[in-house]
Order: sequence, then structure tokens, then C-alpha cells
Amino acid sequence: MLQLEALRIEQGDFTLDADLEVAEGARVAVLGPSGSGKSTLLSTIAGFIEPARGRVLWAGRDLTHLPPAERPMSILFQDNNLFPHLTVARNVGLALRSDLRLSRADWTRVGDALARVGLEGLEARRPAALSGGQQGRVALARVLLRARPLLLLDEPFAALGPALKAGMLELVAEIADEAGATLLMVSHEPRDAEAICERTILVAEGRAEAPAPTRALLADPPPALRDYLG
Amino acid sequence: MKYPIIAAGVLVAGMAHAQSEQPTLTVYTYESFVSDWGPGPVIEENFEAICACDLRLVGVGDGAELLGRLRLEGPRTDADVVLGLDTNLIARAEGTGLFAPHGIEAPEFDMPVDWDNPTFLPYDWGYFAFVYDSDVVFDPPESFGELIDSDLSVVIQDPRSSTPGLGLLMWVKAAYGDDAPEIWEGLAPRVLTVTQGWSEAYGLFTEGEADMALSYTTSPAYHLIAEDDPSYAAAVFEEGHYMQVEVAGRIAASDQPELAQEFLRFMLTDGFQGVIPTTNWMYPAVTPEGGLPEGFETLADPDTALLFSAQEAAELRDAALDEWLNALSR
Amino acid sequence: MAQRPLALRRGAAPAVLAGLAVAGLLALLNFGSLGAVAWRAETPGALGPADWAAVRFTLLQATLSALFSVGLAIPVARALARRSFVGRGWLITLLGAPFILPTIVAVLGLLAVFGRNGLFSAALALVGLEPVQIYGLHGVVIAHVFFNLPLATRLILQGWLAIPAERFRLAAALGMGPREVMGQLELPMLREVVPGAALVIFLVCLTSFAVALTLGGGPAATTVELAIYQAFRFDFDLSRAALLALVQFALCAGALVLAWMVAAPSALGGGLDRPVERWDTHARVLKLQDTALIALAALFLLTPLAMIVANGAPRLVALPAPVWEAAVRSLGVALGSTALCIGFALALALAAVRLEAAGRAGAAGLVEASGVAALAASPLVVGTGLFIIVFPVIDPARLALPVTALVNAAMALPFALRAVLPALRQSEAQFARLAESLGVRGVARLRLVTLPRLRRPLGFAAGLAAALSMGDLGVIMLFADQDAATLPMQLYRLMGAYRMADAAGAALLLLALSLGLFWAFDRGGRIGAAT
Repeated sequence: MLQLEALRIEQGDFTLDADLEVAEGARVAVLGPSGSGKSTLLSTIAGFIEPARGRVLWAGRDLTHLPPAERPMSILFQDNNLFPHLTVARNVGLALRSDLRLSRADWTRVGDALARVGLEGLEARRPAALSGGQQGRVALARVLLRARPLLLLDEPFAALGPALKAGMLELVAEIADEAGATLLMVSHEPRDAEAICERTILVAEGRAEAPAPTRALLADPPPALRDYLG
Repeated sequence: MKYPIIAAGVLVAGMAHAQSEQPTLTVYTYESFVSDWGPGPVIEENFEAICACDLRLVGVGDGAELLGRLRLEGPRTDADVVLGLDTNLIARAEGTGLFAPHGIEAPEFDMPVDWDNPTFLPYDWGYFAFVYDSDVVFDPPESFGELIDSDLSVVIQDPRSSTPGLGLLMWVKAAYGDDAPEIWEGLAPRVLTVTQGWSEAYGLFTEGEADMALSYTTSPAYHLIAEDDPSYAAAVFEEGHYMQVEVAGRIAASDQPELAQEFLRFMLTDGFQGVIPTTNWMYPAVTPEGGLPEGFETLADPDTALLFSAQEAAELRDAALDEWLNALSR
Repeated sequence: MAQRPLALRRGAAPAVLAGLAVAGLLALLNFGSLGAVAWRAETPGALGPADWAAVRFTLLQATLSALFSVGLAIPVARALARRSFVGRGWLITLLGAPFILPTIVAVLGLLAVFGRNGLFSAALALVGLEPVQIYGLHGVVIAHVFFNLPLATRLILQGWLAIPAERFRLAAALGMGPREVMGQLELPMLREVVPGAALVIFLVCLTSFAVALTLGGGPAATTVELAIYQAFRFDFDLSRAALLALVQFALCAGALVLAWMVAAPSALGGGLDRPVERWDTHARVLKLQDTALIALAALFLLTPLAMIVANGAPRLVALPAPVWEAAVRSLGVALGSTALCIGFALALALAAVRLEAAGRAGAAGLVEASGVAALAASPLVVGTGLFIIVFPVIDPARLALPVTALVNAAMALPFALRAVLPALRQSEAQFARLAESLGVRGVARLRLVTLPRLRRPLGFAAGLAAALSMGDLGVIMLFADQDAATLPMQLYRLMGAYRMADAAGAALLLLALSLGLFWAFDRGGRIGAAT
């Protein structure tokens, strides 16, 4: 279980409070108007921003002061999820060893992970030689191989077309299910949230609300969400 | 990667020392003396053939920088002998108290002036002169006055950074005394530019940038002997020519005083003097047995030699520089 | 949104410590040597009216040189930015040559064109005009423009290529002509880039000495550096030399502050391969104008080089053995110096970026400044100071080559830092979070992320460091041993022995090696550098 305990994030004039829990294995969307602090919330959970007060816990363990790599989670950003100078295989291989000194067995696992996301045979390519959708899959192969119990998505597929994005989200759901991972996914598209997330955290007006059922939330949106949805 | 190389270098140097039981004589001199095309290599070979020692020549800039280096090092200097000062530097060199009397029975010098300095011994000398290319300048000036009245361009060296540059300052002072400022004012329009050192000035001259360059009466000998080109000549001035006398002395704190004296004695023999004319392109202080090399007889031979004593040169220097700066800064 | 990246603060200590160590070493080199000279002085010195005249002339010539270099570089950079033609990359590399030439070689090349007997005067004579008179303040400025126009062009070209292509497309979509594009896109960029470029050139010209004297035509063109030399050599007044060196640092610091107030410096060493695609410049007049500008700049910069080649070619093959030996030695020094310079630049840049990330901008600025101070350091004072420090401990001749490599590395560092630091900042902004989230840190981070991301600027910096070191005469003269002559030293020795023709051959060899080194490193940084 992920717990945000009396968490307060301050960035200049901006503040965000969160006091909520996410059940293990849940798939939760983080929804809210732009500038409401969705990405900031994820960055804080991932360890890139130090909260002014409060704690972040996973399975009862305090993560608040751990560096990002030591937290039991993977995160995908809006962009720059792959190192452009490394091949596809090496980008994925970073999941196994951060110094890339991999054994033959490790490289086989990298190949398997790439095959799982439908990219077999593209190991030696550089990211620039791939389409946007393929780049997303490479990042997902790395997530798969890293096998951390919590997966944070900060709109990594925002630039993809609707059909492609739907396919990617499906893949995300599959991967999360296979690994039994908990998924936290920033989105500003209610449809995306509806597609794979049974629950949604609404971030608005300086607060992150506790996860509520997505369908109910969208059917009867509170005022802040209603303004945003239009 | 560098350290092993340095370490290896130190090691090799150390081994070389261990192998030779021979004493080392360290001679500080100016840069062009030690160059592969200067007198250094041959003189080193000649001296080592007779001294049962290792002669180490260390090249430091020019004469003035050599003296500066010596003052920086003080009594702890590695030098046993310093070779390459001239009469303009002798007073200051003596003032350091680093030098010991040479203590040598000097032979008769073949120079236009007498020499009786107890500390420094001359090894070569020359006259400063304006050198020209006779294919370009048909009617060379025969005095400073004629140069001033001509339309020739000359390139000279800065007295603050160059030995010949300072030599010219002394030349004008020796020839004209208190009238030197007027001469400089007259010369100013003829001066194309002033360079840091001799090499730049002579380079500009041979490139054809200037009609004449301040150098030595012996400079044409190089073109004649080494390049077989007789067209270069030095203009002879009726006021007479200022001399450069290059000297050597030994360091009082040397741990090889006898060897140092042996070197000074050797310096006045043919093994050293015979090398000077065609490597340093100056007159040897003691003409070697076979006389001067063929070609030297064609050189300009001024009637009057000008030279301040070390004391006078030291006293006149700063005022003469101010006169020069004033005249040429306009 | 300025995020305070908590993760970047942890575990950053080794990088910061290495950077601080390098900064300390550089401070010792630049200011410790000055202190040593002042300490060794026998009498307290004072600056006389002649020294202040030297300060005034130095400021005047450096300011004019910077203004003219930058002023001429703007149209040339614009022409290069918007035109593509065969050999453009080669031309840009070749245009960099004057900057890395030893002064005497460059001056003789320049005079072969603009001198009394030069090509230009000969051309004027053909049409019945008087030859140009190059000696004077304008000669100094022409020479400094010759040296620095390529650098200024490169810096400003960088600014042009940094304008996003989308903006030019937007301008085209809005139907803007060249004038509007200038006002809306180019002027704001120039306002950012030009002060930085002018500052660099001002600083480079600050320590000019032989060029200023020779082309200045006489002692009126006395710079501070010449006054320092006079204090050493003519007066042996060490305290005055140290005072003058301090004045030189003060001028540098003043210029730095001024430039920082006006604009942030821009990056060096990025890709210059692609021209900017433009839609407002297809007019025939503009094409002609650009072509003429590029041709004029090339003529101005390349003709003196061609003269060096022409004068040196006949003797190149027959150069005496000691020259070749010196060339090998110089290559070794240049490579050692390059390794040091790149190491220093990386250490300083990493420390500065880490300190910035930790919110300590002041400390980061100091680290950065320590790398730039060498520009204002007097080579003479540094050399003499090092000599004073080293002499009681070890025979200076043994250290001639390592010390030369070290001082040369410091000399190239300001340029290396300008190339590396902005690229590192950009790389960190893009990839620090990804690296942190995957736990890629320490040596692995350097190997897998930092070095590959910085390939281009590192290649450029290495090329510049190698070439500058190759051509530098500097401190080696104070330390040198008979048997440790470098190529520039042999060049001077040949001239000192009347062998002007051989010296011309050696100059060509030096030019070829310097350019070759620059080209090899710069190319090496580009090949395989994925974006």
C-alpha cells in the first residue's frame, strides 16, 4: 500500500497537500487541470522533490528521504525516457545494472523483454531510428525488466495519436497486471483514465483527494473537475 | 600517463649520473648559443674532449633574461659559469655579488678596445650596424644624419626587450651625447616599426618589409658564407659604431671552481674561438690560428669603435631609455 | 518551475571535491605564481606614468579589437548561417587557423599580405595607389581582428543556429521579410550572444604583447604585458611586475562583471554543420551579398595562411632533424596538455552544475571564474612565479615539458569550459532525472551519460587545447633545457641563427600540425555523436 501521510509540497507560492492511500495492485489515474500539480505530486513520490513535511510510505516503509533509484518504483516522464546515444538494448539493460556490465544471461533477458513489447530484432537501433510508439515500448520493456512494485506514469504517451495511445495504455495495463504492480498515472484525458484505471485521484485547488471510483467521479464531477471538463 | 614518463626520465638521468664519475660543469648562456645551429654543440664536444667532465649548457632567453634568471636563483644557482652577458649588463652583474674574479692570465685580445675587467672575460665582439640588401638600397647612408635625410625605412628592436635595441640606444648616446634626443626625433619617421627581439626585426627585413634592420657588421657574412649571397652589406657610419662585447664569468659559489677556470681558459683557445665566427656570426675575441674564415675580409670595418665602460653604460641607461621613449612615442 | 532536485544533492560530493581541487590548483597557478613573484621582490614597487600609459593603450586596443572583431563577425556569421555550399565545414575549420598560430608566424603571414611589400600593396600599386601603411593602432587592431574574427564568427554563428527552426518557419508563415526577421528573431539573439563574444576577445587581446608592439610601430603601443616584461628584464623590478599583473587581473575582472551584467555568455563548440533554413533570404541581392561577405572574410583570413604555406613549402621536406624531433616533442606536450585541459574542464563543469543544482550559485560562479582567470594571467608572471616556487625543490629543466603542458592546459581552459559547461547544463536538464531514477551515478554516469552527451563540445575543446598548446612558446622559455626544445622554440632558434627560410618551413609544419590536431579532435567529437 502506498501512503501519503500529511504530505505538503511547497514550490514558491505553490502548495499541494495530500493525505491518502493507494491499495496495492490498484490502477489509479491522477486527474486535474493543468498547473494543478499532478506532475509535482508524482515527482515527489518518485523522490525528485523533497516535501516540506509529511511522509511517503510503501508497505509501511518510509521512503521520504530515499534517493529515486532506491525507491521501489519505476517512473516514465513526459519526454527524455531514453538516452539517445545508447542503443535500444542498452537503454533496456540499464534496468538490470546501472553500470551496464551485463552477463550473457542478462542480455538474453533484455532480448526477451523487448520481444514481450513487440520489438524483437531492434536491439541495435538508436532511439532516433524508432517511431514514437516504438520508443514508448522500449521504455516499457525497461519497466518490465526492472520489476518494481510501483509504476508511475507522467503522461509519457501524450504525444502519440489516440489509437496508438490506447494500444500503449493496454500494454501498460497488461504489464502492470503481470507484475502485480500498482499503477499511478497522470492524465488530463478522462477517457484514458476511464480506459484502464478503476480509481482516480483528483488534484485541484492545492489538494490531492483520496482515490475515488473513476466512473462515479466522471459521472458526477465536483465543481473543480467540472470546470476543467467543460 | 605522464608520471611514468617523468619518473622514467628522472631514473634515466639518475643512472647516467651514476655511471659517469665525471664532474659536471653547468654553464648558463643565452638561448641562441645552445641551439642546434649555434656554437653550443661543437663547443660542448670540443671541451668534453679535453676536460674529463660533462659540460651542461643551459640556454636562458637572451643576455638580460640570463641575468634576471641568475638573480632569481641567487647563490643557490646551479650555474658554475655564466656566458653571454655584454658590457651593458656587467655593472649590474657585478652588483649581484654572485661572481668571482676570473683569476686567469688573459691572452692578448684582438679587439679595438682594451680589456682589463678582473671578473669578466670577453669571448666575442661585434659592431652594431644597419644592414641592407645592395640590390634594393643602392646608396646607403654614411651617417645618422644621412639616414635621417633619406627616405629609407629601418626596423629596430625595443631596448626594453632586446640587446641590440639597447645597443642602438648606447650608440646614439656615445656618438651624440646630449644631442641624442634630436637624433631620435629625426630618426623616428624612418623607423618602420620596433620589434621585441632581433629575430623579428631581421625576419621583417629579409621579407622585404623594411630597407634596413639594426643588426651587426658581421651579419652579411652569414648570407655570403652560408647562402652564397653577396648582396647583403652593413652601412658604415662616420660617427663610428658602438660595440657589443660578449663576456663570461664564473660563479663564486660554484662547487667546481677549478673546472670553471679551466673552461674560461678553454674559451680563449681555438677549440672555442674557432667555432664563433660561423655559428655566432661575431668576431672572436682571440683570432684563431688559421685567421678568420674566408668572407670575413669583405665585411665593413668601421674606423671608430664606440664603447661605454660598464659603469658609464649603467649610469646612462635609464635616461637614454626615456629619451628614446619620448622621441618614438609621438 | 524551478524544482529543487533533492536527489542531485546526494552523492555529489566527489564531483564537487574534484572540481574544487582543480579550482584550487588553478588559483595557485594564476595567483600563487603572482604571490611568489611579489614575495621574491627586493624592493616595494610603484607604478609610474609610463605604466598607466600602458594600461590606457591596452584598454584602448583591446576594446577596439573586440568591437571590430565582433562587428565584422556579425555579417559573416549571418552569411554562413543562411547559406549552404560545398566545403562549408572545411571553410569553418580553416577559418579557425589564425587563432591557434604562434604570433610571429601569424604576423609574418599578415605582413606578407598587408605589409609594405605585401600582396595587398602590390595590388594597390597595380591600380596606381599608394601602399597601405599598416603600422599603428589600426595595424594592431587589424592583426587582432585577424586572430579573433574566426572565434567571434564561431560564437555568433552558434547563436544563429540556436534559434529554433520553428521560429523561422513561423516568420515565413507570417510573411516576414529579412528586416522583420532581423528585428524579431536575430536582434534579440545578438543582444544575448554579442557581449559574451566581445568579452572573450577583449580578454584575449588584453595580454597581447609582441603583436601590439610590432604592428603598433613603436613604444607608443606598449601594453601592460610588455610593461611586465620590461619590469622583469630591463629593471628586474619584481614587485612592479606583480603589481602590473594585478592590474591586468583587475581589468579582466572588470570586463567580466560588465559582460555578466549585459548578458549571459553563450556556448561554444556545438554543431555548425547545418545552415538555418530560411524563407526570407532567397532574394538574389541577399545571396550576392552573403557570397561576397564569405569570400571577403575567407580572403582576409586565408591569404596570410596561404603565404605561410607558400613560403614554407620549399623547405618543409628538407627541415633539419632537430626540428622534426621537436615536432614529436611538441605533439607529446600538446596531447598531455589536452588531457589535462579536458580533465580540468570536466571537473570544473561538473562541480559548477552540481553546486548550481544545490542552489549554491555563488560557489558555482567562483568555480567557473577560476577556469576563466587564466585568460587574464600574464604568461611571464605565471612562468616566473612557478620558477620561483619550483627552483628550491627540483631542477626546473626537468619539469620544462610537464609545466608547459600544465600552463597550456590552463590557457585553453576558458574556451574548453565555455564549450563544455552549457552542454553539460543541457544534458543534466534533459537526462539527470532519468539517470537518477535508474540509479546511474558516479563513474557509470560519467561513462554512460555525461561523456557521450558531451562528445561534440569535448572534441572541439580538445582540438582547441591541442592546437593552442602546439603553438605556444610561453613558459617553456623560462624552464627549457637544451634538449627539450619544442617546435615553436626551434622556430625561434632557426630565426635567431639567420635561417629564415628553414624557419618558414618550420612555421608551415607548425601550422599543419596545429590545424591537423584541431581537425582530428573536432571531427572525432562529431563522428558517431548521436543527437
